[in-house]
Amino acid sequence: MSRTPLDTVEHAAATPDVALPWAELGLKKDEYERVVEILGRRPTGAELAMYSVMWSEHCSYKSSKVHLRQFGEKAPESDALLVGIGENAGVVDVGQGYAVTFKVESHNHPSYVEPYQGAATGVGGIVRDIIAMGARPVAVVDPLRFGAADHPDTKRVLPGVVAGIGGYGNCLGLPNIGGEVVFDPCYQGNPLVNAGCIGVMRHEDIHLAKASGAGNKVILYGARTGGDGIGGASILASETFDDAKPSKRPAVQVGDPFQEKLLIECTLEAFREKLVVGIQDLGAAGLSCATSELASNGSGGMTVVLDDVPLRDSTLSPEEILMSESQERMCAVVEPGKVDRFLEICEKWDVIATVIGEVTDGDRLEIFWHGEKIVDVDPRTVAHEGPTYERPYARPSWQDALQADDAGKLPRPETSQELKDQVLKLVASPNQASKKWITSQYDHFVQGNTVLAQPEDSGMIRIDEETGLGVAIATDGNGRYAKLDPYKGAQLALAEAYRNVATTGAKPLAVSDCLNFGSPEDPAVMWQFAEAVRGLADACQQLGTPVTGGNVSLYNQTGEAAIHPTPVVAVLGVIDDVARRTPVGFQEEGQLLYLLGDTREEFGGSAWSQVVHDHLGGLPPEVDLERERLLAEILISASRDGMIDSAHDLSDGGLVQAVVESALLGGKGARLVVPDGLDAFTFLFSESAGRAIVAVPRSEEVRFNDMCGARGLPATRIGVVDGDAVDVQGEFALSLQELREAHEATIPALLA
Amino acid sequence: MTARIGVVTFPGSLDDRDTQRAIRLAGAEPVALWHKDKDLKQVDAVVLPGGFSYGDYLRAGAISRFSPVMETVIEQAKAGLPVLGICNGFQVLTEAHLLPGAMLGNNHLHFICRDQKLRVEHADTAWTSDYTAGQEIRIPLKNMDGRYVADSYTLDQLEAEGRVVFRYLDFNPNGSLRDIAGITNEAGNVVGLMPHPEHAVEPLIGTGRTDGLPFFTSILKKLVNA
Repeated sequence: MSRTPLDTVEHAAATPDVALPWAELGLKKDEYERVVEILGRRPTGAELAMYSVMWSEHCSYKSSKVHLRQFGEKAPESDALLVGIGENAGVVDVGQGYAVTFKVESHNHPSYVEPYQGAATGVGGIVRDIIAMGARPVAVVDPLRFGAADHPDTKRVLPGVVAGIGGYGNCLGLPNIGGEVVFDPCYQGNPLVNAGCIGVMRHEDIHLAKASGAGNKVILYGARTGGDGIGGASILASETFDDAKPSKRPAVQVGDPFQEKLLIECTLEAFREKLVVGIQDLGAAGLSCATSELASNGSGGMTVVLDDVPLRDSTLSPEEILMSESQERMCAVVEPGKVDRFLEICEKWDVIATVIGEVTDGDRLEIFWHGEKIVDVDPRTVAHEGPTYERPYARPSWQDALQADDAGKLPRPETSQELKDQVLKLVASPNQASKKWITSQYDHFVQGNTVLAQPEDSGMIRIDEETGLGVAIATDGNGRYAKLDPYKGAQLALAEAYRNVATTGAKPLAVSDCLNFGSPEDPAVMWQFAEAVRGLADACQQLGTPVTGGNVSLYNQTGEAAIHPTPVVAVLGVIDDVARRTPVGFQEEGQLLYLLGDTREEFGGSAWSQVVHDHLGGLPPEVDLERERLLAEILISASRDGMIDSAHDLSDGGLVQAVVESALLGGKGARLVVPDGLDAFTFLFSESAGRAIVAVPRSEEVRFNDMCGARGLPATRIGVVDGDAVDVQGEFALSLQELREAHEATIPALLA
Repeated sequence: MTARIGVVTFPGSLDDRDTQRAIRLAGAEPVALWHKDKDLKQVDAVVLPGGFSYGDYLRAGAISRFSPVMETVIEQAKAGLPVLGICNGFQVLTEAHLLPGAMLGNNHLHFICRDQKLRVEHADTAWTSDYTAGQEIRIPLKNMDGRYVADSYTLDQLEAEGRVVFRYLDFNPNGSLRDIAGITNEAGNVVGLMPHPEHAVEPLIGTGRTDGLPFFTSILKKLVNA
């Protein structure tokens, strides 16, 4: 087997006319020309590999960053924010000396190709982001979206994704406490697999991805580097540099959760002994990303000897080593005097660790292979100075017609029997049905701090056993609303997650997002994206909850058909004492049910319009963020002062869906009376935002009413917790047993 | 003086800290034991916690069973040291032949996490004396490989000798033969079960029940009164 000469920096300078496969690596002509301009010569193969992957949409946010800037520009004043956008994950002060870091990321495309490994490595990646901040991961959440529930391919994708999330997360010992599962034909070829993680640390333990201090050592530790996930770089390696090599290894990585568990424990032990100056996980773009980001965030330069990287496959070329996305690897910067101890800890946990380089006092990232220099770049030009696009965007021509197709004009049930049939159909529909078949494949209990887990409104974790301090997280998104109006749709996603956190008694503090859209090259999609970001940034500003970080996933589209614009929003909240949390399920018979907020005839994008009429049109519910804030304050006060024993936010499916869920979870029915001024249909199915139902003990009724009255929040008594049925007086009654069968049978019947 | 109860951490153990907390809440002193260390630090009893030791890659518990700490655990268990194996710990105990039978993958092929109803069949082991025979309890169950199997001779023997300590009630979550959730050895000092008592020790956490706490108070009383 013959090999062409190594493409060193020297060789590149001497051979300016060698043609490189920049187009195959995804670079545009002007981007390649810029690389040449930056370097003052053609790049080496290794340099080209680094630039191409770091300047990809996924790593550089080149289409989205002009819009994402608003999250910083409009960021509300917040005392809680310790680390903002730009690091591996944002960090929020939750009091008592604790800080919490959290983030949501997408692993959409890999999960369609290989559902189990795609989803598993998505969990692995987000967990490493959290460890890289210095935190112990304490919980994960998984917002998921799939094609039609009865489509044959959903039966391929969903069980694999769920098993992958469980297989990886369960093995790491992280309780899975929240998330969503949504079905819609628009996600048929583009399922959305978003993964979130929360980590906890003390303030003084925050770590950043930064290589400073000349002479400090760069240590690569964790799994050996293999040929998985190389993607574009194998084109470079196999087609240009060595035609005789086997090429095209799988582009989806394979996860090893056991290795990741060791990595967590070993990293945390090194943190505890204060051995780490800077740290970065290896995710997308592998070593290229980790070395260039560490170096560019630090004060100096860095040299790396690639020969020292432990390999799983000794035939890998240097370009492939730089690009490999092998999982379960991290990179730490350690002072020379602490290297021995760091390596000892790695050995204790049977984790391979190798010094691969050193921080220098220069400003170049230099990488060597067989003693020759193959990379010599300014790391900032790789990591931070990628291209920026002002992509054209335009409101789609069909938007007006879509909004004019008012869901309020759809035929409504005319008899009590029809109303009852539609309620039963709604609670049994795949989107509204119980997801127990899915969530029971996730461990909720591990770590022994889970206070609430799905199907509660938010997941809640105790972080201090003595004081009861806890954090809550909820993730929400509604692609149907966002399709009708991306600006409001994004705000409604935030409002719902914010409300869900408050419903459980926690105070919303900060936001992370995962923005899932179609192709940015389509002006209509770009308009949806721009509108959603503007809406979310405006709403975060008004609610006082800063965006701390997140992820953008574009190109979720097959041919001309993009997914619904799907901003998924995670809200993190804090609760001083988890003993005061409010669950969804009804607790005691005789308690009074109150509806908080205003109910209007709002059916655009509703679950009812989808389930009964297969319709999507009109306008989404109105957004009133001041009302959301007031509702949240009332819910939190009522929880803290023991005025409510259960609460549930109203969102998709409306009031009837919420009452049925509370009844089934608590094992107690409800008698409801349609309030004056509303018809039964609107009362049950409207999806007006800014609402919740609460169960108030009779002894607290006066106090609770006084509070709502004094604060100006409409509170309407709608019934009582009672019996074995959901009984809408004068209309119909459905027994809990009948409801349970309808609600719980759907998903297993489709997927088991 | 209180009892010192060791909790072994294997690589991939997950519920070791939770088990230490349960021991503390019961009033005993938890002692961390390390898989590479043969020294049991003079503890009075040992818990092998849940998790995925060595990733469960070969077979659940099959590698941990050969770890240095297990040499001492096996030796002392045979001499009467109380040992409790929870989930992965139960799997390690069967692999180590301290308990008969074996664990296979769940019959439905999925990981399952649920609030599980059990009947305490026998309250005369070192770890169950604070229950009463016939008592029904609910504690979390979460596993991938929880299907208890043994040949019919062994099963008959276990039944006849009163060594089936826990049985699944209402729903068999994994296809275990004769609904067996937990068993003990002949001497009653070694107990293994798939469900997780350490996740049911505080009223606010998990399922909100404390049905698992008597495991830890049982052993404490036995040791303190010994």
